Amino acid sequence: MGFTSGRTNEGLGRRDLIKRSAALGLIAVPTMSFLSACASSDTGTDEKVEKGTKSAKNPLGVNETAALEVVIFNGGFGEQYAIDAEKKYNEAFPKAPKVKHAATEKIQSTLQPRFNGGTPPDLIDNSGAEQMDMGVLVGKNQLADLTPLMDAPSYDDPAKKVRDTLRPGVLEMGQFEGDPVWVMYYAYTVYGVWYSQTNLEKLDATYPENWDDMLALCAKAKKKGIAGWTYPGKYPYYLPFSLYPFIGKIGGREVLDKIDNLEPNAWKDPAVKAAFEAYYELFQKGYILKGTPGLTHIQSQTEWTKGKALFIPNGSWVENEAAPTTPDDFKMMVGAPSSLDSSDKLPFGTLWASGGEPFVVPAKAKNPEGGMEQLRIMLSEESSKNFTKSVKSLTAFNGGTDGLTLSTAMQSGVDVLKKAGDNVLNPRLQDWYVKLQKEQIGIAGIGEMMAGRATPAETIKKIQAFADAAAKDQSVKHYKHQ
Amino acid sequence: MQHGKYRFIVGFLIAPLALYAIFVIWPFAQSIYYSFTDWTGLSPDFKMVGFDNYGRMLDDAIFWKSLQHSVLLALLLPLVTLGLALFFAFMLNVGGRRRKNAAVAGVRGSSFYKVAYFFPQVLSIVIVALLFQFAFNPSSGMLNETLKAVGLKSLQPDWLGDPDLALYCVMVVLIWSTVGFFVVLFSAGMASIPKDFYEAALLDGADRVTTFFKITLPLLWDTVQSGWVYMGILALGVEAFTAVQVMTVGPGGPDYSTTVLPLYVYQTAFRDAQAGYATTIGVGLLIVTMLFAAIVMRLGRRERLEF
Repeated sequence: MGFTSGRTNEGLGRRDLIKRSAALGLIAVPTMSFLSACASSDTGTDEKVEKGTKSAKNPLGVNETAALEVVIFNGGFGEQYAIDAEKKYNEAFPKAPKVKHAATEKIQSTLQPRFNGGTPPDLIDNSGAEQMDMGVLVGKNQLADLTPLMDAPSYDDPAKKVRDTLRPGVLEMGQFEGDPVWVMYYAYTVYGVWYSQTNLEKLDATYPENWDDMLALCAKAKKKGIAGWTYPGKYPYYLPFSLYPFIGKIGGREVLDKIDNLEPNAWKDPAVKAAFEAYYELFQKGYILKGTPGLTHIQSQTEWTKGKALFIPNGSWVENEAAPTTPDDFKMMVGAPSSLDSSDKLPFGTLWASGGEPFVVPAKAKNPEGGMEQLRIMLSEESSKNFTKSVKSLTAFNGGTDGLTLSTAMQSGVDVLKKAGDNVLNPRLQDWYVKLQKEQIGIAGIGEMMAGRATPAETIKKIQAFADAAAKDQSVKHYKHQ
Repeated sequence: MQHGKYRFIVGFLIAPLALYAIFVIWPFAQSIYYSFTDWTGLSPDFKMVGFDNYGRMLDDAIFWKSLQHSVLLALLLPLVTLGLALFFAFMLNVGGRRRKNAAVAGVRGSSFYKVAYFFPQVLSIVIVALLFQFAFNPSSGMLNETLKAVGLKSLQPDWLGDPDLALYCVMVVLIWSTVGFFVVLFSAGMASIPKDFYEAALLDGADRVTTFFKITLPLLWDTVQSGWVYMGILALGVEAFTAVQVMTVGPGGPDYSTTVLPLYVYQTAFRDAQAGYATTIGVGLLIVTMLFAAIVMRLGRRERLEF
């Protein structure tokens, strides 16, 4: 190579130039200049299409010639169910152009500029890792109130309003403050303790309905070299899927409501302590699969389908997600949290179930009636069945499983829901305070406890401090149970 | 010759400078502006909040933790990576046994090693991080299986699930994926050092360690310094973010043990919808980076050796 800069007093030499530009580049690269994408573009023209005339077939008054634009989160449920429903929309409104359909995994990157620019689409499935914060969207008046949809006659039975065809808790989940409904959760998820009927039968066991049986079964499994539990140690916020309803079962619905409302000392309730200590015992007695704190959700599910652990806290999507590694004779089932003892406030069967796949209609959409009509079509029995059949998940439509052959996991989901009756709990932390739920309670709190690095008492203290900080934080919008 | 030189240079650079101004400098100015607002990132309406975000940042324990980890990465990563790369490059070029007709030579098979070392560089960091995620899997990953195979059954760390190890696991991945590039870079630099210097030193009875510190390193100093800057970019910026985001518990955990500044910016902006506060942390990151650049430039100042 040999250096060409023979003289030292040359001023700005080639190397200096390179070095200085490297220094500039060093400053430039890591800073997050992409943040400032386009916040201050104009607020849009807010043009809406004219409303159509209301009729029995068109209760929402959709403009029959207006275009409709739908953006779907292309995740575990895919997009086909939406495309099928859009075809129905076009059949209902033959004069309208074909529904403009888009599917993406990156909801926020795709739609944030359009919200900022005031030209959002008419219906959005706001889901996935890039879900837009619903609280912020509501707070900034970016969403349309779905009450007209809720009060419209349902697709199958004009005598019944849409709101009366929904599963318990779905409508309430879409409310933030007062009556308006901002979000329509389309999928319906059953949370609980998932297990393989086959693997339990190998141990001559049935699903343990109380905690003593649970511990006895884990002890029995341990002797055979099988762990009792595993969970996604890298995402410990899966543990609440069975832990929260356990708390609610022990102490009653109010305990969870207080926690959601961020009331002072909500976590100091004896029910929380009892539930935490029960779970901590699983760790202490060595009933948790070794290495669990380092496993992802997929890895832990794989260990579970391999039969290395009996139980895993999860949601009903696990059937689809774990399908590639699930043996044919696995007989996947879900159980409600076992009873701690006879003084539990709610009976065995109490469980957590709630809506998933949040659909929203933006306030500044050009054709909001069209967006709502599309939702009304999706909430018909036929569309609901289509969804259940193709993606193996229940929908918000109450029913829609008659005549379908369900897998053991789906069937057990339907069964536990039936057994639960009105005792369906719906903790809201994960929608209201994402950071608090996942990063603080989940990872820094419960995750550390289940890895054995903190005691239940320390964990409760830590979580209470996080909750108190969140309650005081003025940059976060606060919600209360109605 | 000196007269009008800057004008001459600027004449050539006007187009790139304009691009730089529009796509780098201007977003900077915008970011700093947004750091004084309560912009959510989801709607175009926001208001000025003065220094509120900055006050909040100084009280934010997670910010300090992220800063601490970022600074640790910026200090340790260049040190270890460049140290290893220098060692490997030296072995590849000068470290071999003496053979006939050559004063210095690399170890046997050095050209093969050069390719092997460079190989990780062609993989994207996301893929590397994903691969290592499998290796770090505590229950059936490569590392723990290896430990089992050599009879260390009792030693089965949780790797990424252990707060004392997690950040080092991330560092190992970053080092593994970047060291090869510097091996090649330094090899090129070493190849240009005239062989006579080594011959002379060897005749005077110098051993390998002496030749490394007295000849190789001083003549390679400029390259090392550029490498240092480049590693700094990596440790404070995108690569560190990607590795943490893809691999770690949470990401950022367990219990905040791996969170870094760019990750915190990302989470605040895109998960918590507080883009205003996120840009404030971004400005914090900018300050750290500028300090790093200033220190590197100052420490690196040395009299240049000509040959």
